[in-house]
Amino acid sequence: MLEVKDLVVAYGKVKAVKGISFTVEQGQVVSLLGTNGAGKTTTLRTISGLLRPESGEIWFEGERIDRVPAHKVVMRGLAHSPEGRRIFPRLTVEDNLLLGAFARKDAAGVATDLERVYDLFEILRERRTQPAGTFSGGEQQMLAIGRAMMSRPRLLMLDEPSMGLSPLMMQRIMSTIRALQSEGVTILLVEQNAAAALKLSDRAYVLEVGQITLDGTGEQLLGDDRVRRAYLGED
Amino acid sequence: MRIPTIFTLELQKRHHRIGRLLALAGGLVFAVSAYLPWAYASGALDDMSYLGGPSALQFLGLALGLILAICATMGLIEPWAGAKGVAPALLKVSKRVGWTRGAKVTGIGMLAYIGVVLLAIVIELGGLVTVEWGGWVALAAAVVGLIGTRLITPGRPPSLERLRTPGWVGILAIALTLLGALLLAAYALNQVDGGSFVVILTFAGVLAAFILRSGLGGWLSSISQRHRTVLVFAAFAVAFLFPFTQNGSDANMSIATQVLIFAATAVGLNIVVGLAGLLDLGYIAFLGAGAFTAATMSQSAFATIGWKPPFIVVMLIAGLISATLGLIIGSPTLRVSGDYLAIVTLAFGEIFRISMSNLDGRDGPDLVHGSSGIPAIPNLNLFGFDFGAVHTVAGIPLGRFSNYFFLMLLIMAVIVLVFTRLNHSRIGRGWVAIREDEKAAEAMGVNVFGLKLLAFAGGAFLAGLAGAVKAHVDQSVTPDQYIFLESAFLLAAVVLGGMGTVMGVILGAVLLKLVPEKLRFVNEYRMLLFGLLLVVMMRVRPEGMIPNQRRVLEFHSDDEELIDEIEEDLPYEFAEES
Repeated sequence: MLEVKDLVVAYGKVKAVKGISFTVEQGQVVSLLGTNGAGKTTTLRTISGLLRPESGEIWFEGERIDRVPAHKVVMRGLAHSPEGRRIFPRLTVEDNLLLGAFARKDAAGVATDLERVYDLFEILRERRTQPAGTFSGGEQQMLAIGRAMMSRPRLLMLDEPSMGLSPLMMQRIMSTIRALQSEGVTILLVEQNAAAALKLSDRAYVLEVGQITLDGTGEQLLGDDRVRRAYLGED
Repeated sequence: MRIPTIFTLELQKRHHRIGRLLALAGGLVFAVSAYLPWAYASGALDDMSYLGGPSALQFLGLALGLILAICATMGLIEPWAGAKGVAPALLKVSKRVGWTRGAKVTGIGMLAYIGVVLLAIVIELGGLVTVEWGGWVALAAAVVGLIGTRLITPGRPPSLERLRTPGWVGILAIALTLLGALLLAAYALNQVDGGSFVVILTFAGVLAAFILRSGLGGWLSSISQRHRTVLVFAAFAVAFLFPFTQNGSDANMSIATQVLIFAATAVGLNIVVGLAGLLDLGYIAFLGAGAFTAATMSQSAFATIGWKPPFIVVMLIAGLISATLGLIIGSPTLRVSGDYLAIVTLAFGEIFRISMSNLDGRDGPDLVHGSSGIPAIPNLNLFGFDFGAVHTVAGIPLGRFSNYFFLMLLIMAVIVLVFTRLNHSRIGRGWVAIREDEKAAEAMGVNVFGLKLLAFAGGAFLAGLAGAVKAHVDQSVTPDQYIFLESAFLLAAVVLGGMGTVMGVILGAVLLKLVPEKLRFVNEYRMLLFGLLLVVMMRVRPEGMIPNQRRVLEFHSDDEELIDEIEEDLPYEFAEES
């Protein structure tokens, strides 16, 4: 479904991503793991068209998208829930969600999806007229995921959904991801919390300073000594 | 502005009743004092020297006194009526009115009003001795009233906006309010004396403050939300009626037309600044581009372009040229944002003006005759309607400026229509997202650059239309009409009135343009006064006089009570559409 080939992304002279390749198959949950500065967020931002790669190719559903502007990438069915959630704090929940559907023009479908998101996160329905900035971190994260879902994506990219959340809320988010997968949405997940991400990943890649150093299924990596030492904090 | 709390809550609780009685007494005496002579001679304001017959301006004071008296009385009556069960239906309505808050602001306003009046008398007649005993009585009453209102404990916030109002009452209220505004405006404009104008302005300010604080404002705004179309049509009808109040005099109509041109341009700028959130400091250049285009294609003997299409075509060309300029300046600069855009547009405004000065046949091609510009632009003639002639309608002669006033009103209607349609559209939602968080908007699939460019070029187009008319109203177009200061004033009108709203910006534009036109001494110090006004506004009401409700949140996002209040009001404009 998504194929990244020899992707190089640079900020000026500094290369943040140094030629990585990976694939995401239809219906999978795929994780990119790594420490701060490994290039995970840069990779996601490049896929969604917010950054231009220096070289390399990105293919989505058989079409090359690495030169497609960001607003058109969304229309092709690829949604991006950015790092730090970036909800619109002063807009209401409903306005936030509707902005997620900005690229769509089918009003009836948007209304249906709005209900779907409300069914998924009941708290959002209750607080639909409240400014999103008054929410807790977990609620904001739900809103961010819901907002990304509003474009009815086939591939959903989530950048650190567990950031700053309580363990309980994190579980909630992770089970939501699994629920979305069972609805047929393919998910590309960037996480620092390796243990949680690996548990639900069909496939995972470990990034270190802009390069993929390890890859395998979630289970394989969970059992890998290097992963256990570096990311799961075990000896 | 917050009055320092000299009277603590403790003190207020103890003397609450006395406070109401003092306020009542102050209000009544103030009202009665309008029948007393305030000035020694007839030369000041509109002759306040009679005993037993208030002048028109004194009637305004009488009205303020009565408002205060009524507010104080209602506070006294309510508990009594509640206990006895008198008129329960009326009592229900009355309980929603912010009588106490209204009384408090009227108390301050009364003192301000009498202060301005006495000051005007002292200045115009020369010396304190020219104030008659009645004036001192009024002043004393105002002071007593103020002390009284300060002693009252602050009441509950008004909730009139949640009052169920029958449709016809709402429409009637809108009509009456606008009619009142028209009469007050016509009355104010007909004042020759600067002092009288300031007094009326003060009265209008106090009245507006009372309406807002007492909850009447909230009621009116909730009504106008419901009857939006009625409000818009009524507002235009009232503006349309204005020339008929002038008895053929062109003096005020000239000012009114200039005000309308300024207001229309400000609403256009509001699309760029208020909706898309782009700071444009060179907007006047687009008005100028429209004016110069219209001038060079006009019937003037000094016009440099031989092609003379009908004015409608000229106007469209003027708009398109402005829009093209907007695209040219916008496409490289809209990728940057914030301060950079402000700097580039500021420079663009200057470049435009200097370029026009250089198109004089010496430094460049002789397109606009350089700094002397294009004079002797003849009046328009649209479909046989001569804009220079006096037309008599229903026995009332309507002169040249009235004709242009009507034309500008039409253009204003177009601009307002474009503004509101855009604001409530998908595009408007995209602009909100860009204003809030550009990066997140991009990730949502908002075409950030495209939408910014659309706002920029669209705003420029509307300014171009207004500029084309302005060329004919002014009869000459010169580069020095389009200086940076004008851009600054347009921006001030937008900020002062309320970013993102039509009514607010029109109000801001009217104030900024009208006051210096009517008052010579303000004109001399206008930079100083408006600078001060802006500073005060930023301190007291940063969201503008008539704020966009979403904007209020942007400035007061930490105020929980306010958020609750707004949440209930916020219309589901987005939901309706999808």
